[in-house]
Amino acid sequence: MILGYAGKFLEVDLSTEKIKEVKFDDEILKDYIGGRGLATKILWDILGRKWETIDPLEPENILLFLTGPLTGYFPGGRTCVSGKSPQSNSVIGSTVGGEFGVELRCAGYDGIIVTGEAKEPVYLFIKDSDVEIKNASHVWGKDAKQIVRILTKECRKSLKKRFPLYGEWKEPAILYIGPAGENKVRTAVVAAKWTHAAGYGGYGAVMGSKNLKAVAVKGTGPLPPVSNIKEVEKLIRVVNDNAYENELWRRWGTGSGGYEVGARTSSEPVRNWQDEWHNKRSFGVDQFENRVWIKQFWSDFGCPTCCLKIAMVKTGKFRGAITDNPDYEMQAYLGPNLGIFTPEENVFLVALIDDLGLCGIQTGNVMGFVAELFQRGILTKKDLDGIELKWGDTKAFAALAKKIAFREGVGDLLAEGTYRAALKIGEEKKVNVLKYAIQSKGISIGAHGIRSGKDYPAIISYVCSVQGGDHTSTTGLPLDGPDSELGEIFNDSGVYCNFNSFGLPRNLRFRFYKAVTGLELTRKEWFRLKGLKILQLQRAMLLLGGPELKWNPKVHDTNPPRFYEPLPSGPYKGKTLDKTRVERDRRRYYKAVGWDKNGIPQSETLRKLGLQDVEKTLEKLR
Amino acid sequence: MTTKKEPIWIARDLSKCSGCRKCEIACSLFHENCIWPEASRIRVFMLVPGADFPHFCAQCEDYPCVEACPVKALSISNKTGTVLVNAETCTACGKCIEACPGRIPHIHPTKNHILICDLCNGNPQCVKVCREGEWYVLKKVPRKSNTYKLYARTPEEITRDLAVKMYGEKAEEFL
Repeated sequence: MILGYAGKFLEVDLSTEKIKEVKFDDEILKDYIGGRGLATKILWDILGRKWETIDPLEPENILLFLTGPLTGYFPGGRTCVSGKSPQSNSVIGSTVGGEFGVELRCAGYDGIIVTGEAKEPVYLFIKDSDVEIKNASHVWGKDAKQIVRILTKECRKSLKKRFPLYGEWKEPAILYIGPAGENKVRTAVVAAKWTHAAGYGGYGAVMGSKNLKAVAVKGTGPLPPVSNIKEVEKLIRVVNDNAYENELWRRWGTGSGGYEVGARTSSEPVRNWQDEWHNKRSFGVDQFENRVWIKQFWSDFGCPTCCLKIAMVKTGKFRGAITDNPDYEMQAYLGPNLGIFTPEENVFLVALIDDLGLCGIQTGNVMGFVAELFQRGILTKKDLDGIELKWGDTKAFAALAKKIAFREGVGDLLAEGTYRAALKIGEEKKVNVLKYAIQSKGISIGAHGIRSGKDYPAIISYVCSVQGGDHTSTTGLPLDGPDSELGEIFNDSGVYCNFNSFGLPRNLRFRFYKAVTGLELTRKEWFRLKGLKILQLQRAMLLLGGPELKWNPKVHDTNPPRFYEPLPSGPYKGKTLDKTRVERDRRRYYKAVGWDKNGIPQSETLRKLGLQDVEKTLEKLR
Repeated sequence: MTTKKEPIWIARDLSKCSGCRKCEIACSLFHENCIWPEASRIRVFMLVPGADFPHFCAQCEDYPCVEACPVKALSISNKTGTVLVNAETCTACGKCIEACPGRIPHIHPTKNHILICDLCNGNPQCVKVCREGEWYVLKKVPRKSNTYKLYARTPEEITRDLAVKMYGEKAEEFL
């Protein structure tokens, strides 16, 4: 057994209510680490051969909650949620902050593999090795704040009853879905602590399709033993000291971005990316800080950065709305992207999105998309069930968000996410609306534009990523450089917060891995072999896709058409992307990762990495 | 600088707690030589998101837990003023939990004895990490004749106060 792992996984079949413990060979854990890497391997092994036929929202899909060996040790605890994505029809390693992964490891498990579908709504309650499938009818339909309240009480009560002499029980860590997940909205999240979410991938819908409302876990053991605890302590200190120095993120989180990314780097979505520049002082971080923040530092397990703040609207018609920061992505997508420029309106919308269990990025993206269609007269008030979706009308966007979460009226169409909704609207209206869809392979593009060239550096950031528009997993060259997707794959497989790794020596994460597991892992080995292997598997499943949508690299390995329009205003007015250069960089990238000119992993590449079975399966695509 | 060892107290400003749990990490590393949140003598509760706070011994002036122990497993340290647990004698009966106005002690998750903050022999590790991170929830101060017992409150009581402080009347919806 490798050090740093609890050594076993829980497998829960919701159809038969059978629960068992499973183990993976050391060799698999050595190669795929955990989290995103291991998810890719598990999904390939179990579903790979029939991947194209698996409907992500049917019981045959597998839902994974995975930790990694660094979870709980590397400051900033996270949990990786995965499965076949109802957005990209591939594998997304979606991570969520909070204590869940730590509690799970303290309970003795490295992860949970959920299969099948429960007959009635259920939730899982794990207390160390006691695992129960419990009825969740009473919490079905509940929003984020209600579910956290009810399950925290219920689980503590149950623990107190079973262990009356223990003393006071702390709360369990809970992952849950809101109404959006229950209604299988493709932009639904798996969430924690009111405001934290695994958003990319749409795994809230997968959880809903399995009738699984929540998973609560209380572990009373220590984190799994490590190889060199003194070295781990030393490295924790290095990470801490680096984060303590980072005044920007400690003080403001990413909350200064709502103004800065627009005004300074000109790369923030404004009115569905029709612009990327704004200079609205009303959206300055000073106004968030002074008007709405009620807690300056809020953090997850072991985190020195505390990029989370808690915000509450204290005056006016949106009084009482509560969320965190909002962080930059939420500020941007539920702010300027919808023509909204005040902290109060932004906090109100973000809080609503949290409560409904929606992804702020992708729901903000689809709402911005629809608002532009309304602006252009392609969609009318009648199409939108009477909602006049004007830029900046917070109440109108709130009404639309509710319709999406409950799949009511036009919300049912928009609940399919930007890409699928665009295909359908285009068909009905006989207009090509895909040019207004700001996404890549079913995943909305994060709120970091690339036209100004002053924010995300690579013009293929979103073109070649195996996670589409995911701004936390972008591509760039060289393959072993700081912009490479392979680095992010390590973070998501070790499963810790990438925010705490910024500014650290590039080898530190591998030293950390060694101190925990005792295993040597060189940069070269990761970037040329192990990381690359995970990338190829993700790419293979992305290209296989199905059942209702498939991606063709020639058509879909591309930027949204809007990114080829010139920026209309601001300091980088006129800047845009050059198609020839994007094309050139795309070809270079294909070559570097060993894909053929059609973007399919080459036989030789796969064979070299020991992925012969993938080679065989991909033959039909060539 | 040499300082005479004298009884100390950990002053606390709970509403500043970020919930980072570095105190739990430091405490368990010091006492257990591993990261073990449930075996930590200081435990961060988050019964309502945002209302995170550390729950640990308030060192009441009249030490009701020591009084309540039927097997005399608890004693008071002359040096630091803390409650010392004799793990050998302790039977994990839980009488001290009942006696504590804040129900603060809890049983070690795998060993048969109670856990109570021992101030790390005068150099509390939790205070160190909390100050390093500049959260300043915890501060080491000389023990005076104050009513420290006021701080011995149950997690529910503390949560209610912190939630109301943060969220005002809205807190009622979360409690």
